Amino acid sequence: MRPVLIMAGREFRDGIRNRRVVGTTLLMAALSLTLALLGSAPTGTVGASALSVTVVSLSSLTIFLVPLIALLISYDAIAGEVDRGTMLLLLSYPVTRWQILAGKFIGHVCILTLATILGYGAAGVAVGIANGAAEQGAAASFVMMLGSSVLLGATFIALGYVISVVVWDPRTAAGVAIGVWLFFVVLYDMALLGLLIADQGKSITPTVLSVMLLANPADIFRLLNLTGFSNISTLSGMAGLSAQVMFGGATLVIALVAWIVVPLSAAGLIFARRQI
Amino acid sequence: MMSASVRLSSVSKQYGPLHAVAGLNLELHEAERVALVGHNGAGKSTLIKLMLGVIRPTEGHIEVLGVEPAHRGFAAVRMAMGFLPENVVFPPSMTGAEVLSFYSRLKHQPVSRNRALLERVGIAEAAGRSVRTYSKGMRQRLGLAQALIGEPRVLLLDEPTTGLDPESRQSFYEIVTELGQRGTTVLLSTHVLAEIEHQVDRVIMLDHGRKVADGTLSDLRRLSGFPTRIRVGLATGVRLHPALLAGMAECRDIDERTVEILCSNARSLDVLRCLLNASVPLAGIEIAPPSLDDVYVDILRRTAAE
Repeated sequence: MRPVLIMAGREFRDGIRNRRVVGTTLLMAALSLTLALLGSAPTGTVGASALSVTVVSLSSLTIFLVPLIALLISYDAIAGEVDRGTMLLLLSYPVTRWQILAGKFIGHVCILTLATILGYGAAGVAVGIANGAAEQGAAASFVMMLGSSVLLGATFIALGYVISVVVWDPRTAAGVAIGVWLFFVVLYDMALLGLLIADQGKSITPTVLSVMLLANPADIFRLLNLTGFSNISTLSGMAGLSAQVMFGGATLVIALVAWIVVPLSAAGLIFARRQI
Repeated sequence: MMSASVRLSSVSKQYGPLHAVAGLNLELHEAERVALVGHNGAGKSTLIKLMLGVIRPTEGHIEVLGVEPAHRGFAAVRMAMGFLPENVVFPPSMTGAEVLSFYSRLKHQPVSRNRALLERVGIAEAAGRSVRTYSKGMRQRLGLAQALIGEPRVLLLDEPTTGLDPESRQSFYEIVTELGQRGTTVLLSTHVLAEIEHQVDRVIMLDHGRKVADGTLSDLRRLSGFPTRIRVGLATGVRLHPALLAGMAECRDIDERTVEILCSNARSLDVLRCLLNASVPLAGIEIAPPSLDDVYVDILRRTAAE
């Protein structure tokens, strides 16, 4: 365990000094503050608190931004070290490849957690100060949004590692990472929508649709946050869908965790077999 | 005879159709400084990776400090090994002290000794600066300090002097000599042959994954048969009689007052004795044994011809 923690400590320290990470965290904070303070202004007569509106806004922001930050941190985690010669050096020390991967994962998830708490926490605090008490459940949904943002980020960190060990070249890995981001965050839903329209409800039943949504961690996150709480689902316009979704919150969290475990294990297995 | 720290028996490593290392037998001993010489792609880095246990041999056996790399106990051997990869780039945002601290902790070594290591390689004053601000030579020195963590018994250095200025190279070899005196086995790979003269005890030459020569520098000079050049400056009007060195050396005039004599390394003393006995009036003399580059090229040519 000791080498894992030493690795995690180095990754965390290196990450918080990384300009890309600092830059995206600041961007995240700026966007979330803007959404929180400007987006929640016209809530006086709709019966929802500013915090609930903020959760809806930030959930949509998370789906675009958090996977991008996660992939930025992770795509060259292995390939970059191999390229710089430090992987060979690390492997000459009494540390296994699994320990290296686990240490990197813990370190990177900690960076992402910090970025999320700083970025979104600022928005939550600002809304709290500006608008006072929120309605019941709003704080819980905000905390759920923070937690699931970290989980979503962890899935894309694990996917970044898969890219890193399969592609093996940092420059190509950067391109593939952008492709993966586009696929899960933008193209998948567009393709799904197109498929639904083309199918006209003939073969894609609600069950099939639910399973197809589980095949994308960004959609699991969306389901978890935008349909999990009644006030949020109404606000986000997903109340209709939330009645159709056949999975509870626990199942969705398990699905998100599976999206972490499976790619991380795959990355570990491939890494263990790669010639350095 | 010192005991063997590293032993390779009939070791081969194949990458698909490519034989990176082929049937290599090798022993490195305690307190021995060995240079691994070969062109790019000769198998030097592969051999070092095999010794580190990062890759497994396709055939043959390797033992480092009496343990095979595939054995569970090899983690303990890694504690007693130091390694400097070629062109290593440490995270630029970390300071020199942080880099050393990270690697010390991985090796279960006290961080308190790192200051002395940084002083030893001459970058103690830059310890608190980020690696981003280091020159290439300073990064290489930091890499060397990293390799010295825990006073390793076996030190493997891949192209360690790349990017070092002559003064840094000199101090690097002083550290290598000191380590050798303390009993450390040092293997350093290089293709800059001129700089290892007088710095190592033994030279191993690799070509296409095969060992083509293994011995002291004098052994290799003898093996190559490359001539020693003796340039003799003659007094005005003096000519060297062609029969004087017949059967011993080959002579050719460079200009009116200079003659170049080519002879085997073993006969060079006989040639000098002969010149002095004949009382040839000499204005100057210059002896150049075959350079390591000459020896290397000659051995490779001979190997290719076989």
